[in-house]
Parts: sequence; structure tokens; C-alpha cells
Amino acid sequence: MEGSIATIMKGSVSATIAEDLEKSLRRRWRLGEKFIEGWILLAGLLAIVVLLGIVTLLLKEGLPIFFHTPPWEFFFGTKWYPVSDPPTFGIMPFFISTLMITAVATAIAVPVGIGCAAYLAELAPAKVRETVKPIIEMLAGIPSVMMGLIGLMLLSPLVQSLFNLPTGLTGLTAGIMLSLMSLPIIVSVSEDALRAVPDEFREASYALGATKWETIRHVCIPAAISGIAAAVMLGVGRAIGETMTVLMIAGGALAVPHSPTEPMMSMTAAIASGIGNAVRGGLQYQALFAIGLILFVMTLAVNLIADRVLARQKRKFAR
Amino acid sequence: MHSRLKRKWLVLSLAYLLAAAITLAGCSGGTSGTNGDELSGSIKIIGSNTVTPLTSVWAEEFMKMHPGARISVSGPGSGVGIAALIDGTTDIGQASRKMKAKEIEQAEANGVYPYEIQVATDALSVVVHPDNPVSELTIAQLSAIYTNRITNWKDVGGNDAPIVALSRDTNSGTHVFFKEHIVQMKGLPTEDKSLEYGSKVLLLPSTQEGASEVARNPNAIFYPGLGYVTEAVKPLGIKKTAKDEAVLPSVETALDGTYPVARPLLYYTDGEPNGVIKAFIDYSLSAEGQQKVTEVGYVPLK
Repeated sequence: MEGSIATIMKGSVSATIAEDLEKSLRRRWRLGEKFIEGWILLAGLLAIVVLLGIVTLLLKEGLPIFFHTPPWEFFFGTKWYPVSDPPTFGIMPFFISTLMITAVATAIAVPVGIGCAAYLAELAPAKVRETVKPIIEMLAGIPSVMMGLIGLMLLSPLVQSLFNLPTGLTGLTAGIMLSLMSLPIIVSVSEDALRAVPDEFREASYALGATKWETIRHVCIPAAISGIAAAVMLGVGRAIGETMTVLMIAGGALAVPHSPTEPMMSMTAAIASGIGNAVRGGLQYQALFAIGLILFVMTLAVNLIADRVLARQKRKFAR
Repeated sequence: MHSRLKRKWLVLSLAYLLAAAITLAGCSGGTSGTNGDELSGSIKIIGSNTVTPLTSVWAEEFMKMHPGARISVSGPGSGVGIAALIDGTTDIGQASRKMKAKEIEQAEANGVYPYEIQVATDALSVVVHPDNPVSELTIAQLSAIYTNRITNWKDVGGNDAPIVALSRDTNSGTHVFFKEHIVQMKGLPTEDKSLEYGSKVLLLPSTQEGASEVARNPNAIFYPGLGYVTEAVKPLGIKKTAKDEAVLPSVETALDGTYPVARPLLYYTDGEPNGVIKAFIDYSLSAEGQQKVTEVGYVPLK
């Protein structure tokens, strides 16, 4: 107010009104700004609070099992009989199963996904890209229980007769289904990364006499590698964490699998199929939380390794 | 600077409060009213996959007779129902096996006093694909199949083909009952309590999935309740020992006691039931309710 009186005394009335208006607007804007700032801070904190809460819960509920079963027996034990008397908890079969199923899914989804992304980004006419990409992304929207049902009805009989197996409910079947589920993420994210590569790179490559394939292989993909690696990690993460599909079609045998064509039970499926009848605080309950803890550590490790690889790649590329 | 720091703390504590509120809201709840004047109120029933088809029919009929009553039924497995009863999150826990002494202990430690009511009987059937030439097995042979000591159908008089032994997961009362009475051969001279399911046995999340895999796969063998036996699968005759006659599972053979693997289907409540829960259980035990048991494919009490 003092300021406005001062300006009136100085002269021009219209200038005073304009200045006054600007000031009040700025005050209101600052208030709104603060409100939004606080809101964003709250949202960020909430994410951290939730994460810490989950870690605390996993540790609190999961660690006590190691008083019953020593950690090495828990990791390397091959017998899982949670409802027997006395119960034994060994998670080696689940661990190997998760690795196998994830490996199958990755082995299929990564080459197909990157190939598809390279086609869409580098070769396909705009019209094709604009129709195909949304269709592939739609694949990500199919609920996992539907994928399980499709695997059960269509894929498992096919796998059984194709590989001449006693049953079609195997880790391979689950891995193929999971590759279909992680494909849209890999295609979509790597295609975005490839399209973000500046056209100057391609032009320079062609100017040097490189063919289309050489340009894609030696220029575009290396330039987009950080985005592609992120896409692959997201795909692997999806495969490790997927539960329903694996529970339905991986077969659920407790033996340590020797090949992907055997029935097996992943860590996620073990948690899902056991948590229902585990009494809160009981031994089985603790053991399942301990599996959850290990799963958490595994995904964390995957992310850390990915970060390392990315950083190294970036440094190499910058040179 | 100072006021900014203060505000940061305010926001931080706000976030924490929010998280705490959400956690608390998640912990409470899950109980339902049992005070029934003029038969209204809701009943939550959870447990055995085997009992679920029967309970659903009863619940439907009961709700038709008493429009004020609301009954929700779900069947993830007996173990889930018993765990829910112990945790106090269900009104009736349905089970296809008896509660273990340890579970009753856990319940009493939680202030829950399980009250057992048998509502029907089931003849646990062993089924194979209709094309499978094997039509009868002894309990010892079944035990050998489910412990992976016999892995080829030719060893029990069938084709030269691998056996795919299907089982329910550990949530299931059928899993536990089958383990005690078939795998460990309870009540036979050869009984061996150290036997467990073989590690190559497939553990499936639902009875329906096992039944449809048997209908599709000539190598498979599975043990659903009598209510799940359809045209698409072939029930096997069970011989108590090699010298006994093979008996096919049916209402008659379960009632006259000749079928060797009949078992009770049970309801558990916290203490003696009253109000709308009592009315529902009374209905299930009535002549009318027991009539439904036969229709669903299980064995009535009388």
C-alpha cells in the first residue's frame, strides 16, 4: 500500500493501477507457487515413506525366519514343505525357476523387441509406424490373468506337442508368455530412444558410404543405447515380478529344474500360492516375507547393475 | 531460512501421518455384523475350494428365502479359511480337512474358539484322461506315483508314457488330506509318516485347473472332489490293498463306507454360532439343504 501511495504522489494514475495489479497478481502467483511446491514435496516424501515402510515391513516380518532356518539353509535348501510337521524351508528351486523363466522371456523379448523398435524407428513409413505402435502398446494393457488363460488354453498344448513333453505346463511356456508381456515395454521405450537420435548422425553415416544396416547397427543403436538398456531393464523387471501368469502356467513343481521344459514354481508364484493359508506371524508367513525380501534385493541389484552399465556406456560414447 | 526448515518438518510429519492413517485403515475393518433381528445381516464364508460349490448353492437359496441376509463365499483353500478364522476375518471357515491341534492352539491364543460342524461328506476321487487304459489303482500305487517312485504308466498296467501327477497347492485342504491318507497311507500297515509329495508333482492354484488339464492331457492324474468329476475325465477305482476289490467313488459307496477315501466337509465358527449364522447352518443341515448336497455331487450326512 505504501508503495502505491508513493507512486500516486509521483504522478501518473494509470501506471499506479497497473503496478498495483501486477503486485497483487505476483502475490497470488507466489502463494499458488508455494502451494504447488508443497504439494509436490508431499508427493515426493510420500513415495519415500511408502518405500521405507515396505522395506521395514519386509525386514520385520521376513528376518525372524532365520532363527528357525539358518540363511544358508534357506537359500541353498532344495526342500520346501511349509505345511509339514516339522516344516522345512529351502528356496533354491524357486530361485532357479525365476532365473530360468526370466532368461527365457528376456532371450525372446530383447532381440525381437529391439528389432521391432529399429524397424519402426528407422525403416517403417510414418503411416505404418503410427498404426503399429499403438497396437503393440495395447498389448501391455491385457491383464496378466488373461495372458495366463491364453497360455493355458492355446500355448501349453502347443508347447507340449512341439517339444514332445509330458505336460505343457512348463517354465518355457511361462517364459514365452512373459516375453509377450514385456515386449510392448521394450518396443515402445527403445523406439522412443532411437527416434531421439539426431538425424545429423544418420546423415553423417550415409555420407561416409554406410548402408542402412550399418547405420542402424553402428550409429543409431549405440547412440540410443542408454534408452534401449532402460527398456530392457524394464522388460526384465516385469518378467521377474510377474505373478499370475507364472502361477497359472509354469506348472508349480517343487523340484530344482534342470531345463526350462520342466514344470517349476517361481518365487512370486511361491509367495502367491502360500500366503493365503499362512497365519500372520507364523513360520510360513515369515518364510514367504523372506522370499519377498530376496526378490526385492534381486530387483535392486538388477537396477544397480543397469545403472553401472549405463554410466560406462555413456562415458564410452562421449569419447 | 528458519521458517522454511520448520515448514519442511511440518510437511514431513504430514506425510508420515498420511502413511500411518492409510496403514491403520488397512489393518482394521474386515468384521461383519452378526446381530440378526428378523434374519438380516451379512455372513462372510471363506475356505475350501472343494466346499465352495456347495456353499454357493446354499447361500443362493438362503438369500432367496431371507432377502435381508447377505452371504459372500470365496474358496481359495481350506488353509486360507482356517487362517482367516484364526485371524478373526471371517464368520465361517469352510474346510475339507480337520483343524490341526497346532492351529486350534493358535486360534485360542488369538481368543478364537473354533466350533466344528460337519455339513456333508466327500468321496475324494482320483481321475485320469478317458483314453487312459488304467482303471484302478491301489493306495500303495497312488502313494508311489505321488512320491515320484513310479513315473511311468506302464508300471501300473498302462501305456508306456510318463505320469504327470497333479496336486493342489498347500492352501488346499485336499492337498493335506490326500497327503495323510494316500501319500502317507494312513490306517494301512504300510503307513509311513515321513513320506512327502515328490518334488516333480505339479502344484496347481485351483481344482478346476487340475480337472481341465486331466481332460486335455492323457498323461495326467489328479484328485478332485466328487463334485468336480464330469464326463471329460475318468474316475479310477481305488483298492485299499492289492487283495481288496476296486471301489469307484460315488454317493452310495461313500455312504456305505466301502469307498476308502471319504472325508468330512466342515464349517468352523468362532464359538457356537448364533443369529443369522446359526440360521444358515441350520438350513444347510435341514432335509432341504441336504437335498442340495446330492444335487451338487457330494454325499449327504444321512
